[in-house]
Amino acid sequence: MATDVTEAKTTNLIGEPVKRVEDPRLFTGSAQYLDDLRLHGMAHVAILRSPYAHARIDRIDTARARGLPGVIEVFTGADFEDLNPLPCAWQAGGVENFVATPRALEIDRVTFTGAGVAAVVAETKTAAEDALELIDVDWVPLDPVVDLEAAIEDGTTQIHENAASNICMDWHTGDAEATEQALAEAEVVVEQRIVNQRLIPTPMETRGAAATYEPSSGEYTVWLSSQCPHIMRLLMTAFVFGIPETKMRCRALQMGGGFGTKIFLYPEYVLVAALAKKVGRPVTWIETRRENYTATTHGRDHISYLRIGAKRDGTITALDVKTLANLGGILSTVAPGIPTTLYGRMLSGAYRIPNIHCQVLGVYTNTGMVDAYRGAGRPEATYAVERAVDLLARELDRDPVEVRRKNFIPPDAFPYDPKILAGLSYDTGDYEKALDRALEIVDYEGFRKEQADARKEGRHLGIGFSTYVEMCGVAPSAWIGTVGQGWGASMWESANIRVHLTGKVVVTTGSQSHGQGHETTLSQIVASELGVPIEDVTVELGDTLGTPFGYGTYGSRSAAVGAVATYKSAQRIKEKARRIGAHMLEADIEDVEFEDGRAYVKGAPDTAKTIQEIAGAAALAYDLPEGEEAFLDDTTYYDPPNCTFPFGTHIAVVEVDAETGQVTLKRYVAVDDVGKVINPLIVDGQVHGGIAQGVAQAMWETAEYDDQGQLITSSLMDYAIPKASFFPAFEVERTETPTDVNPLGVKGAGETGTIASTPTIVNAVTDALSPLGIRHIDMPLTPERVWRAIADAKGGE
Amino acid sequence: MVPVAITVNGTRREAELEPRTLLVDFLRDHLDLTGTKIACETSQCGACTVHLDGKAVKSCTVLAVQADGASITTIEGLSSNGELHPVQEAFWEKHGLQCGFCTPGMIMTAAALLEREGAPSDDQIRHELEGNLCRCTGYQNIVSAIREAAAR
Repeated sequence: MATDVTEAKTTNLIGEPVKRVEDPRLFTGSAQYLDDLRLHGMAHVAILRSPYAHARIDRIDTARARGLPGVIEVFTGADFEDLNPLPCAWQAGGVENFVATPRALEIDRVTFTGAGVAAVVAETKTAAEDALELIDVDWVPLDPVVDLEAAIEDGTTQIHENAASNICMDWHTGDAEATEQALAEAEVVVEQRIVNQRLIPTPMETRGAAATYEPSSGEYTVWLSSQCPHIMRLLMTAFVFGIPETKMRCRALQMGGGFGTKIFLYPEYVLVAALAKKVGRPVTWIETRRENYTATTHGRDHISYLRIGAKRDGTITALDVKTLANLGGILSTVAPGIPTTLYGRMLSGAYRIPNIHCQVLGVYTNTGMVDAYRGAGRPEATYAVERAVDLLARELDRDPVEVRRKNFIPPDAFPYDPKILAGLSYDTGDYEKALDRALEIVDYEGFRKEQADARKEGRHLGIGFSTYVEMCGVAPSAWIGTVGQGWGASMWESANIRVHLTGKVVVTTGSQSHGQGHETTLSQIVASELGVPIEDVTVELGDTLGTPFGYGTYGSRSAAVGAVATYKSAQRIKEKARRIGAHMLEADIEDVEFEDGRAYVKGAPDTAKTIQEIAGAAALAYDLPEGEEAFLDDTTYYDPPNCTFPFGTHIAVVEVDAETGQVTLKRYVAVDDVGKVINPLIVDGQVHGGIAQGVAQAMWETAEYDDQGQLITSSLMDYAIPKASFFPAFEVERTETPTDVNPLGVKGAGETGTIASTPTIVNAVTDALSPLGIRHIDMPLTPERVWRAIADAKGGE
Repeated sequence: MVPVAITVNGTRREAELEPRTLLVDFLRDHLDLTGTKIACETSQCGACTVHLDGKAVKSCTVLAVQADGASITTIEGLSSNGELHPVQEAFWEKHGLQCGFCTPGMIMTAAALLEREGAPSDDQIRHELEGNLCRCTGYQNIVSAIREAAAR
């Protein structure tokens, strides 16, 4: 039977700025986030947290709290002694890690302000919170260790019994001896201590958990705001509860951001699940913003000592970096992996550096937990390398653009092995192309003239560069799972595609959107590949029931790994549709093609079977080719052969008011190369948001503890989340160098902005102030810090 | 307990409330209008922005009893007769939202701004958003969306 298929033809949507399919429920207020979940008979949990950074708990008296009307029960750490401490799931590879991890509630000792020690379950949120005031704890304060450099000095209080000198791990990469020798032989060596300050990630939606327990089957259902529900289930069941993985279902609903903080297993998740069983009712806990600031992970917090060696002509010969990475008072889920694999291994940046060595000491202090925050290690690496190159250019009195160009890895050198990536190589790159385009946009020559004129008037204009490279799409399992990298699991991603009898398509995946728009991106791929209208594709994610096991979303891996899994399943669905289509057309399979949602005999495209017709036939299965299974259904577990390495050039133009220290960001230009782009609207949005977070680190944000380990910046009143008026409109463009790692050519775009932007700003401000002899100021470049640097440079005032 | 009568999205709602009940908790917990979000508790973020007698207010900073007799519009009541509000349309068109958590408050602030100002400049838009925080978008597409909505 001939079918007129002209209407079924669908255009290719890959690369198109498709409006997001998830948006209507979000802008009408009907999306269900965790705090919007209403379970019948739901009780509310509030958690008592340590007011001390370091203390022993002698006794906890909950009697008065139990007596408050509305309180169902009050629990302390002793009630959960049967549960294991949380696992540290990614340790620094190849070295011993001295691990200390949290428990559901701490029992006899706390190592940061905000650690949970007791929990109230009550009929209402207010009753639960009121009851916290009535719990009496006999605290014995201990000496807090707050300063990162002092923490490892002799004689400093040791926080954990197993971690001498408060060192969790001592990790290195590269060749120490060769680097030392190259530095000794270098014509010029520049040294600098740099601080990459602690940040509070601040997704607009805080964390939370809700749980039910079904005694007849012994099954838990746990709702979480999580970037990786399958990992949550795995870690809770196999590591903490010691129950079969099948006895728990984890679900993430609509998520209000994560930025890394929602990757991890937190004590409260374990606690809430356990409480559902103990009180025999559904329970819920929604984190307050203050808790989000003290008890959710922070990011960055490195102090590094850089030494860069070069020839007088600007050729870099060596880079040595020693870094103290603050891990906080106790380890979060992947804390030691971030400042090692994702940091030390990226210190070659976009440059050929023949000799590199990096040592990282992971250090305990009595501060909040530190783990991945957007970029996770790569922003810190980029800041170190891009500052080092700028300092070198300044020392040599050379143009920072020229020094970068001179040391770039050239396009014909790919794949490029920087020798510190434990066997991986940068996939593809054309670094000068992005640089040249960015210079053109900013009119570099014109700017230098303007700057010279401004200097004559006593005005301080500056320009800063960051020609970064980063690593996305983690990761080949054989690489990440090796001893050298330390993660004891794999890193593939899953997708399943089913084409139902009606021709409607359901995609499930282990990837987990927390604002990025996975539903749209994956729908674009599936609609384009299968040739169905995008409205006919539904993407389901975030629930361990009904999605294939997957590792979730972080490290810009959902396009380069998750979407590729989806793409591969689409190819296999197409192949099966071709076979069934050939049968329906009564043609030889070799003579039949599948294209634009239709199977047809080569040379006779007008006589075709549509994907919808084929799906119907496959589902009904009355008449299939011999040996063919019913239904169009395919699952892929895609394990990437390499990571991907996006790159680009960011340029900032600033003006500094030398009287007040105020920095004004006048222009911000970003030319990124993230490989092929699936949806430019979404990629631009990711870049904008990333730049805003990175610029905010460079200029305003910092998490501050006092010398007793109290978090001073513990609310949005004190922590400087930027506002709309803080920014100019960013000028964002792209070059496109596809990766050869995956068939989509995509590299990943979620973190470029945060990775590139901090050195861009600091390089711009130090450029502006170079006539005063200022070569470095630590972030954030607040008016006070800049003013002090200027005052110091002028000899004090 | 205190009696209140508040018109919410055109419907008169009566309740007996603890005096300390915040307007946002009344909307979310008593009326199940969960589109209005709580994200800071210190009146910084604006995720809880609603219209109180036509003006944008942070519903975490208004007691429900203070709204007694007033007319409230929440994100659920912004579109009318199945038609999206121009600001909602523009946020969709310009990709003015990512995770969506700040979006209801952002949109309510923007709608009130446009009601008042008509065609604000980009600078004015950025300053008017002083009370609304977004962590995803870098604000760029929010500003574009509001400019676009003004033009509609």
